[in-house]
Amino acid sequence: MNELLLELADDEFVIGWRDSEWTGIAPVLEEDVAFSSIAQNEIGHARALYELVARDLGTTADELAFDRPPEEYRCSALVALRLVPDWARTIARRYLYEQADERRLAKLKASDDPEVAGVAEKIDREEAYHRMHAQMWFDRLRDEPRFVEALEELRPLVDQRPAELGELWEEMTSVRRSVAGATW
Amino acid sequence: MVTAADVWEALAEIPDPEIPVVSLVDLGVVREVAVEDGRARVDFTPTFLGCPALEVMRDAMAERLRALGVEPEIRVRSDEGWSTDRITPEGREKLRAAGLSPPAPRAAGAPTLVELQTSVFRCPYCGSTDTKLENVFGPTPCRSLRYCASCRQPFEQFKTL
Repeated sequence: MNELLLELADDEFVIGWRDSEWTGIAPVLEEDVAFSSIAQNEIGHARALYELVARDLGTTADELAFDRPPEEYRCSALVALRLVPDWARTIARRYLYEQADERRLAKLKASDDPEVAGVAEKIDREEAYHRMHAQMWFDRLRDEPRFVEALEELRPLVDQRPAELGELWEEMTSVRRSVAGATW
Repeated sequence: MVTAADVWEALAEIPDPEIPVVSLVDLGVVREVAVEDGRARVDFTPTFLGCPALEVMRDAMAERLRALGVEPEIRVRSDEGWSTDRITPEGREKLRAAGLSPPAPRAAGAPTLVELQTSVFRCPYCGSTDTKLENVFGPTPCRSLRYCASCRQPFEQFKTL
């Protein structure tokens, strides 16, 4: 179970990070607000999931989020991609991600562990608003060739692991690693 | 001796850090209070898991309870036991008075974009139903942005959860 939870937590954490890269530079202000809010909420989901695992493993959510070596992250290749400033591919990723996330949450909601089922149910309720946003953009762009191409290009990445996290990991953990021996 | 009722009363004085017109008790986010041997355990649920005020709320509660003379244990419960339906009638009225439209009741299924675009949402300033959705997202995860065509005023709408 921990592996599945970590997979979800890592995905939520990394897509939150990637979505936050649009803060301040989205093509319209309303999307600046939307992406910032979605990013914040995805990272909140990651925190709740990391906390579940951390309790079981006797560690902390922060340590799971920032202090693992890059090869231990279980996120998908889809979320790891850096896509700014490509809006079509960014929207395609959001759409594909929310679809995959919905399927995975449905499984977790049916978990025998009431705590896991409860967190999954709460996350799913909140994700409804993210799905709404993704669907709105899908409807808007569904006839645009660049968007259709982006969907086809990114779809296989949903079930793939990134070859390496490399720069992403370097950036994500740089602050934690910048002060030797610091306890945050 | 400090009782659970004292703790509830103390928590009712803590304003929500993002929406200070309502208290944490008004929002219904305090789920359970138990007092035993000078220790007070408080279970609470953030409105949205991505709520930026989570730590601030936890610290504010702990500090208030210490001032009351009990050792606090604040537990975050990230399950489905809280919904915007738990915001108290007083809380809803306070939100409206502050220009923040209270959430619609939770329906059986998940909310949809069409619902947000077509259902009636009343302007908290003038009461008009002639309002439209501007953005599903707002300054915090729990709020959407709407615009009232009647008094030409943008306002925030608490999301239903």
